Amino acid sequence: MRYHYFPGCTLKGQAKNMENTTMAAAAALGIELVELEEWQCCGAVYPLYEDELITLLSPVRTLAAAKGEPLVSLCAACHHVLKRAQELMQRNEEARKKVTDYLEVEYTGEGRVLHFLEVLRDDLGFDKLADMVKKPLEGRKVAAYYGCLLLRPSKVMQFDDPENPTIMEDMLKAIGADVVKSPYRTECCGAYLSVTEEAVARDTVSRIIDSARSVGAEALITACPLCRYNLENCAAEDGKEPLKIYYFSELLAEAMGLQFDQLMSAALERRRSSNGNK
Amino acid sequence: MATSNKSRLVDEMKMQSGQDPNNCYQCAKCSAACPVTAAMDLLPHQVIRYLQLGLEEDLAKSKTPWICASCFTCAARCPRDLDLARMMEGIRLVMLRRREGNKFGPADLTPEQLEKLPQQALVSGFRKYNK
Amino acid sequence: MPRTGVFICHCGTNIAGTVDIEKAVEASRNFPGVVHADDYRYLCSEMGQDLIKKAIEDNKLERVVVGTCSPRMHEGTFRKAAAEAGLNPYLLEVANIREHCSWVHKDIEEGTPKAIALLRAAVAKAVLNESLDAPELEVEKRALVIGGGIAGIQAAIDIAEAGYEVDVVEREPSIGGRMAQLEKTFPTLDCSACILTPKMVEAAQHPNINLITYSEVEEVKGFVGQFDVKIRQKARSVDPVKCTGCGVCYEKCPAKASSEFEMGLSKRKAIYVPFPQAVPNVPVIDRDACLYFRKGRCQICEKECPPQAIVYDQKDEFIERRYGTIIVATGFDQMSPSQYGEYGYGQHPDILTGLEFERLFNASGPTGGKVVRLSDGKPPKKVVFVQCVGSRDKARGMNYCSKICCMYTAKQAVLLKEKVPDAKSYVFYIDVRTAGKGYEEFQRRAAEEYDVAYLRGQVGKIFPEGDHLVVHGVDSLSGKIIEIKADMVVLAAASIARADAPDLGRIVGINSDSYHFFNEAHPKLKPVETHTAGIFIAGACQAPKDIPDTVAQASAAAVKAVGLLSKDFLKGEACTAEVNQAECSGCMYCEAVCPYSAINPVEIEERYHGGTLKRTVAEVNPALCQGCGSCTVICRSGSVNLKGFSNEQILAEVDAICLQR
Repeated sequence: MRYHYFPGCTLKGQAKNMENTTMAAAAALGIELVELEEWQCCGAVYPLYEDELITLLSPVRTLAAAKGEPLVSLCAACHHVLKRAQELMQRNEEARKKVTDYLEVEYTGEGRVLHFLEVLRDDLGFDKLADMVKKPLEGRKVAAYYGCLLLRPSKVMQFDDPENPTIMEDMLKAIGADVVKSPYRTECCGAYLSVTEEAVARDTVSRIIDSARSVGAEALITACPLCRYNLENCAAEDGKEPLKIYYFSELLAEAMGLQFDQLMSAALERRRSSNGNK
Repeated sequence: MATSNKSRLVDEMKMQSGQDPNNCYQCAKCSAACPVTAAMDLLPHQVIRYLQLGLEEDLAKSKTPWICASCFTCAARCPRDLDLARMMEGIRLVMLRRREGNKFGPADLTPEQLEKLPQQALVSGFRKYNK
Repeated sequence: MPRTGVFICHCGTNIAGTVDIEKAVEASRNFPGVVHADDYRYLCSEMGQDLIKKAIEDNKLERVVVGTCSPRMHEGTFRKAAAEAGLNPYLLEVANIREHCSWVHKDIEEGTPKAIALLRAAVAKAVLNESLDAPELEVEKRALVIGGGIAGIQAAIDIAEAGYEVDVVEREPSIGGRMAQLEKTFPTLDCSACILTPKMVEAAQHPNINLITYSEVEEVKGFVGQFDVKIRQKARSVDPVKCTGCGVCYEKCPAKASSEFEMGLSKRKAIYVPFPQAVPNVPVIDRDACLYFRKGRCQICEKECPPQAIVYDQKDEFIERRYGTIIVATGFDQMSPSQYGEYGYGQHPDILTGLEFERLFNASGPTGGKVVRLSDGKPPKKVVFVQCVGSRDKARGMNYCSKICCMYTAKQAVLLKEKVPDAKSYVFYIDVRTAGKGYEEFQRRAAEEYDVAYLRGQVGKIFPEGDHLVVHGVDSLSGKIIEIKADMVVLAAASIARADAPDLGRIVGINSDSYHFFNEAHPKLKPVETHTAGIFIAGACQAPKDIPDTVAQASAAAVKAVGLLSKDFLKGEACTAEVNQAECSGCMYCEAVCPYSAINPVEIEERYHGGTLKRTVAEVNPALCQGCGSCTVICRSGSVNLKGFSNEQILAEVDAICLQR
């Protein structure tokens, strides 16, 4: 299984850990993620104002670079932007013409735009994943936190049931974790409000954390670097042991039996090979 | 009440977002669904009501469009198929384009934030509050 | 050329406002064949009709064209007038210069020439009209009612009381329908069973009523007065003649299945009657659940049945009968709110639909009439009712208002207070709609005397938390976010058409709207008629409605049915298709497209080069033909003609419009 891979800025910065663990786990699962040769930031937010076409240039360029072949990303925000940009390009011929004329590219972005979790569910299959797990996370009480960007708007994202999703729980089950369901798992964490209105994010995050605690979760997994930042930094300091927040890929790598040094050597190898490309 | 049905803000918002506030019947499900109402001075359904009444000046003063985090929960549950997230973005952009000032810029960040915030947060924050 | 008269109606200013009547009359005088033209303010009035009659006699008119409203409105009126003046009614032609002209134009400069063109076309057609006679059709003096809920029961009783035989086909093992599932009825709070069961018994005992339960209509052929219907009577596996209804079988039966009558909230046996007052009180064996049918052993019911009424090898049987008229009264379903993930229906036992909650009040219901939480058996102290779940929702549900929810919610809140005096009810609503006699007063009583808190707004999401259901809502009147730690949530799920309503519609030959509710023939003036003559609708299969409206509609449908049955003969369709068999190539495409099975192949003999030749051609049965014209357009050789709408007539109309300006 071979896919184009779009990392996005955060995965080369604050969320390097998500990339490292995913790459190592993917290799162990026989999934090849080949980083696009040239890529730019996706823009982080999808423009909701129809004439903001300039912000679409970057995601459309990325879509075109995939040449109609499957394109995988890990960051929830990147996946959201790419998926919605693709939907607009397919729906709105005028916008497509404007953007592609400006970019002077032929639009070849009709391929599947996937989040890595979808690759695991739809292409590999969670049953197969369960068979390949080396070190099941037995006895670990973990809850999933979905946030917004993977799920909504569901008509475009087509990721999972927007109110009662199961994909992350199914992955956790496949890697042997003791899954608990938190009622607030699809509520917004406050997103970029943590930058400007921290009090708001504190409020939303506290409810998410309390809800996860109330069902006995010891840890939460997420697929979004901003969610993780908010969950770790905006939780109320109430003297309780802070809930551990992981990227889904960290637990996946752990279940695949990948140790720290293996992860690091995989990262190093990738660094060297990408240097070699240049 | 200074109701005027002619509002440039409403007209432009309508055209750009493709959303017509008159399609709303004020069930207020958006407000019930919104995770960040605590910090809002107008509830989401009230923003639509103000749009329906053309209360442009009051909307220009409201904090609410700037609190909206574009989580799309309102749009996901609206029984009238309205996308309030788009309408909020519409109001924000009309205000920003009137050069009523950027709401937020790099200078507003603390060094600690700059160090810890994921890149995604910075880019999205600037995108939403800056022109 | 036949002597033709043209009469133009002003329809007040409806036509005269955008058509220059004087010009139109003047122009009409010059059409080929026209010997007389006149106008009048309201031609449909008695004075107007007299004017036409007198002109026919004075001018010896052989054809009449009236330029008025749509023929759907007054064609009958004018044809009758023409007949009274001695003219065959089919020699009169209507030019629709209102709906097709004056109403769609704003400008008299545009309206006038268009009206003149339409009149010219009508005259061109009229001169080719022929005298036609409508055939007389015999009426089978028996009615069929499909559906044995309150609508079907009421309609059947009314028809039977008028002296006609009526069969009621019910899909379930018992009649009673949705009303049998209700505890109390608004706004009087009388016990639903107490007012329904006497009607069920009356229907069962009436000498003119024949109940055919556990049965479905599979085929309907024929036409008004003579519908030939095939009914599948599903195998009950119980001999209804021998069965005494003692109930030993279902007491002893070891196999269980989810109870449809209890909305899945409890189990019933594999051999069962749906509810204690079932009519007929004859059990059925659910063969999917029965151990004997599934695994080949058990047979306890057979051993225990005192009159030995169990018949395992009973087969489905078919009843084929002719009916003069059919009433469709198949009721409604409740939408499953499971697609509203934010409400968590199906994920938590204390989140119920309105109909499920209703069963908790019933003494024979899943909790024996105790209003308790299904999770822990405790009485709920805080109950949140959510209105418009799936109704008024064009995004994920139905765009319409389900009409009954505001009232049944108020009713349930009142009943709850009576059963659990320290319970508090909250109702999230968008609008409270209580139009109906005594309804508003009842809803206000709920709010004022029963302490029901009405919150104007909706619920965003329900979060299960420990023992509670945390309801996140809003009260838009105060602008406050409301959070309620509820013990139970009741969702007023939308009333929807039966999932298989379109299938039944196809079988019976009636159409339904985009929501699959059956269409009435006119939203105001023909509320129980359908577009198919002789078939009527009643109750919630037409649109969501409450019991009083359903019963009123059922009686209305019954009167229509009785009116039809009281005639010995009906006038059939005069404008039927006719095959020119000399030109027919026998391809039989017409047979394939005929919706009334009115066309059959026949063999004819033709002289050919001195010998004879046998050839297959099409033939129309004029008794079955409804004059839809499908055959005329599919016919490759143009040899099928519709009387009154022949190809020559249509072409004459087109020529009259196109060739002259």
